[in-house]
Amino acid sequence: MSEFTASNQAEAGNAVGDASRYYVTEHHPENGTLLGFWMYLMSDCLIFACLFATYAVLGRNYAGGPSGAELFDLKLVALNTAFLLVSSITYGFAMLSAHKGFKSKAILWLGVTGVFGLAFLSLEIYEFVHLIHEGAGPQRSGFLTSFFALVGTHGLHVTFGVIWLVTLMFQVGKHGLTVENLRRLTCLSMFWHFLDVIWIGVFTFVYLMGTLP
Amino acid sequence: MISKIATRGISLLLLTCLAGCNTVLLNASGDIAAQQGQLIIVSTLLMLLIVVPVIVATLYFAWRYRQSNTTAPYSPDWDHSTKLELLIWGAPLLIIIALGLITWISTHLLEPSRPLTRLSEGRPIAASTKPMIVQVVALDWKWLFIYPEQGIATVNELVTPVDVPVRFKITASSVMNAFYIPEMAGMIYAMPGMETTLNAVMNKPGTYKGFSSNYSGAGFSDMKFEYKAMAAGDFNAWVAKTKAGGGALNRPDYIALEKPSIKHPVAMYGSVDPELYSKILNLCVAEGSACMNKTMAADAQRAKGDMAMKDMPKDVNARIVAAQAAAEVCTTPTKTEKK
Amino acid sequence: MLDQIDLTKLIFGRLSWEAIPFHEPILLATFAMVALGGLALFAVLFKYKMFGPLWTNWFTSIDHKRIGIMYMVLGLIMLMRGFTDALMMRTQQALSFGDGQGFLPPHHYDQVFTAHGVIMIFFVAMPLVTGFMNYIVPLQIGARDVAFPFLNNFSFWMTAFGAILVNASLFVGEFARTGWLAYPPLSGILASPDVGVDYYIWALQVAGVGTLLSGVNLIATIVKMRAPGMDMMKMPIFVWTSLCTNILIVAAFPVLTAVLAMLGLDRTLGTHFFTSELGGNAMMYVNLIWIWGHPEVYILILPAFGIYSEVVSTFCGKRLFGYSSMVYATLVITLLSYLVWLHHFFTMGSGASVNAFFGITTMIISIPTGAKIFNWLFTMYHGKIRFELPMMWTVAFMVTFTVGGMTGVMLAVPPADFVLHNSLFLIAHFHNVIIGGVLFGLFAGINYWYPKAFGYKLDAFWGKISFWLWVVGFWVAFTPPYILGFMGVTRRLSHFEDPSIQYLFQISLVGTLMIAGGIAAMLVQFIVSFMRRKELRDWSGDPWDGRTLEWATSSPPPDYNFAFTPRVHDNDTWADMKKMKYVRPTTGYQPIHMPSNTWAGFVIAALSGILGFGLIWHMWLLVIVSFVAMMAAIIIHTFNYKRDYYIPADEVAATELAHTRLLESHV
Repeated sequence: MSEFTASNQAEAGNAVGDASRYYVTEHHPENGTLLGFWMYLMSDCLIFACLFATYAVLGRNYAGGPSGAELFDLKLVALNTAFLLVSSITYGFAMLSAHKGFKSKAILWLGVTGVFGLAFLSLEIYEFVHLIHEGAGPQRSGFLTSFFALVGTHGLHVTFGVIWLVTLMFQVGKHGLTVENLRRLTCLSMFWHFLDVIWIGVFTFVYLMGTLP
Repeated sequence: MISKIATRGISLLLLTCLAGCNTVLLNASGDIAAQQGQLIIVSTLLMLLIVVPVIVATLYFAWRYRQSNTTAPYSPDWDHSTKLELLIWGAPLLIIIALGLITWISTHLLEPSRPLTRLSEGRPIAASTKPMIVQVVALDWKWLFIYPEQGIATVNELVTPVDVPVRFKITASSVMNAFYIPEMAGMIYAMPGMETTLNAVMNKPGTYKGFSSNYSGAGFSDMKFEYKAMAAGDFNAWVAKTKAGGGALNRPDYIALEKPSIKHPVAMYGSVDPELYSKILNLCVAEGSACMNKTMAADAQRAKGDMAMKDMPKDVNARIVAAQAAAEVCTTPTKTEKK
Repeated sequence: MLDQIDLTKLIFGRLSWEAIPFHEPILLATFAMVALGGLALFAVLFKYKMFGPLWTNWFTSIDHKRIGIMYMVLGLIMLMRGFTDALMMRTQQALSFGDGQGFLPPHHYDQVFTAHGVIMIFFVAMPLVTGFMNYIVPLQIGARDVAFPFLNNFSFWMTAFGAILVNASLFVGEFARTGWLAYPPLSGILASPDVGVDYYIWALQVAGVGTLLSGVNLIATIVKMRAPGMDMMKMPIFVWTSLCTNILIVAAFPVLTAVLAMLGLDRTLGTHFFTSELGGNAMMYVNLIWIWGHPEVYILILPAFGIYSEVVSTFCGKRLFGYSSMVYATLVITLLSYLVWLHHFFTMGSGASVNAFFGITTMIISIPTGAKIFNWLFTMYHGKIRFELPMMWTVAFMVTFTVGGMTGVMLAVPPADFVLHNSLFLIAHFHNVIIGGVLFGLFAGINYWYPKAFGYKLDAFWGKISFWLWVVGFWVAFTPPYILGFMGVTRRLSHFEDPSIQYLFQISLVGTLMIAGGIAAMLVQFIVSFMRRKELRDWSGDPWDGRTLEWATSSPPPDYNFAFTPRVHDNDTWADMKKMKYVRPTTGYQPIHMPSNTWAGFVIAALSGILGFGLIWHMWLLVIVSFVAMMAAIIIHTFNYKRDYYIPADEVAATELAHTRLLESHV
């Protein structure tokens, strides 16, 4: 997302004549991309907050159907969590390489991140298919509806993150580690880590608290 | 020019508003509604303390400080006054504090689910007074009233004795409605699968209007009922007449009644299945459907049980599960069929 | 296997010829008018070869000024539709008593009142308010555009395609019959199986994305792009209220997105968020929708408050009284607006303590709001008031809105609300504050900033006619509902039995007709002003002796707004500059870096609109294709790194010197 004034330098403030009290000759406003993306991310966080709130209200409405304790396979969830957390670490390595200017390394680490992301998604899809197969789909009860909505929305976000990641791999490959691309990598970095944090909320409130006493 | 037209217009408006004085909300015949009407008057007067000076000042300043009035002072750089700020924030704050206190107290006193402590001004009743129960079901698009203590039911006609506290237990069959008799008390939502409670009393015999005040679909405009309040003796006679009139409201009758209809005629039922209201409330009137209260209770037990069961040895689990299955009263939960 | 897939179903979903209302005379007539009008417009554009410029200079423009104007055009067009709905409702209610059934059976009436609310809030008030913020904020902070110009264009088109979806429901299928907030279970699949609620959901989802991104955009703009020297406490009040509005947008619209998505899932996939059985909870919807809904009304009113601040200070020739007080009041209102949502459903039975808490927080909001009114009052005090139209609208607002606010506090007392909720008193209250507060502010703003945007003032005569018809018409139209509310009459009724109250509805209809006259006069005002534009020309760029930076530019401003970024020393920067006898520079112009126009916003938004249409009609093939196309368009757009160009220094110099000469020649 390249925006029109792309400079991070403070304005020069060259004076031209007496009236310079009221104007500057060269002014480069600070780039707002990271602030803007952060705000979008917080609005996304609010969507998740609504989904968490809905889960809080509906999460024990089993409607005579299966409960979390009966359904959740904590080993699977632990593996999935590991995939996601490791992917965050590998993204961190990608950013470190990028800041040092190592293009191929950055792309490599991005690729590794993508692989872990896809692994996470595959396992999650497997879990969902299995649940639906057992008659525990989102239409079974309020609990399952809110479960699928919360975890599913997170999964959708990871999916879009992976698509974005692949796109960025091509763009960095083509144009290199330009200022614009570094900004995009930083935005995706925020996005990726944010999804990690949301996942920590998910496995704590949904999986762990739904299963353990 | 503006102020003249405005003052005339505003006087006209205020006069028109006096037409509001002789309205049902400010002259209700039921004690709760009457208290609510009083509250409206008190809060309005409190606020007029600020509103009238503001409107007058606006019009006055607009006129006095107009550009063509060269005699008025002009202070282009005067933009601050601590004294005025204190007044500007302080005066409304005081009024809101007063109004806030009134709100806290009146909201608690006039809470719909709170049992009545008086029949009307100066006529308190004991806290242990048993109210008459009327169960209300908002249907598409008519009102069902079940009188469990009398064992009768009516559609689109409510009858109660005067000066007897009534406790309405309200639910709905399909969508959200609101139960409202302006002369008697405030409204309260009627929601499927949920029960709201309204305590009220009517002090004057007569025929009053009742209706739904939450839009609920095609027949909403005709979702009205008549409310008749009568002396105790007349009420008992009415109950006896209804019982003698026959007609039963059992589960199959209710299922037929539940079908959507507009401008449903008044109907009376001389007997009612005592379990019917509970079934309606718990969405299990249809044969073989699971009652929500039982399901929810079972869910709550399971939530505790599951966690406990996860730690218990496997064979104990099996015995508990078998015992639960044997004790199962309800049939396997199925999706309740809707028309 | 392929023969098992019903191809017609896959392509057309549940869309069929039955969706076209061939047997509805009112709709057919409307369609005929729209088609004729559309054809006429098409012919004019074709004759004057305007398609090319329309696309190149307007539809693909990332200039905040053009996007602002497009928002205003969208809002005013939708005002016509929303008001027509109002006129139909008032007429039906005035006629439908006893045996008379009026002309709108419930099936249609119920769509009309739903559409009226949805259109007025989402497609009239929001675009108009957003249009102003878009146009004015960058100018007032001395910036050249918003922080994310491409996103700005995209946001506009998302709103526009949301509006197109709502209008499509008029001719293809039908609209929701649920009221403007579509509570379940009524809006659920069982009670509303037809496409109406789906149109509602997807139109709002598409428009909602646009609004949210607009919110992010304007916050980043105000935080990052203020001219040097403009600290937060030196910003014009309109910028402050815009900042707070956009904070509200970013913090409220995600809730709308989430709750509508949940309703959509309930309807399409059979989930149980808000169903009555199997563990859903409809009360959750009511809470979530109002957690969005209450901040939404502050999103509407805060920019209007900002407009009033600018107008009062300019037309009284005085600094705004109590600047810091105004800022704090705005911030307090912003914060408190999140703590009051339950006052919209006191009657849902949440219990006394909960009801009382929310009632009290609602009352507390009236304190900072009152402080603002007092501050405007004391700006007028010892001022030299010029009663141009913007100031007239402001005085009308101060009187009208105060009454509306009072009725709001009346409703805030829960036991009082138990008898007034959902009554015509409520209707009168919110129209009082929205028309008296938001709409009057928008009209003040239109008359105030029109010369800046178009280079000529609006005709005052027709403006005054519009003003008086609106103000008097409003009171004639909305006093009867206040009285009817006290008589216990509820809202959304299409038929009445008691003839003794019919006269009040008839009076209300007269008022509505007066407002119709006001709208007509406004349209005449636009036409007459255009015809008289030479006489009404704003040659100086500062027709009102303004106080803020937008008046330092020519009318209309050049694409780049400011050749040199202003340096700010005081509030009311332009007034300060004039007082210090600021001299326009004549040399030293630099080339200016500008963003390029783009097709991407329009295309991606159009694809979202198509996606929405496909989802509504269950046209799954269309859904998949448009979704893939949308993703492709987005990715292709991100591969475009060359999005800017430079305006050469001599072009800047020429533009600036032309304006300087114009100013000097008129001295």
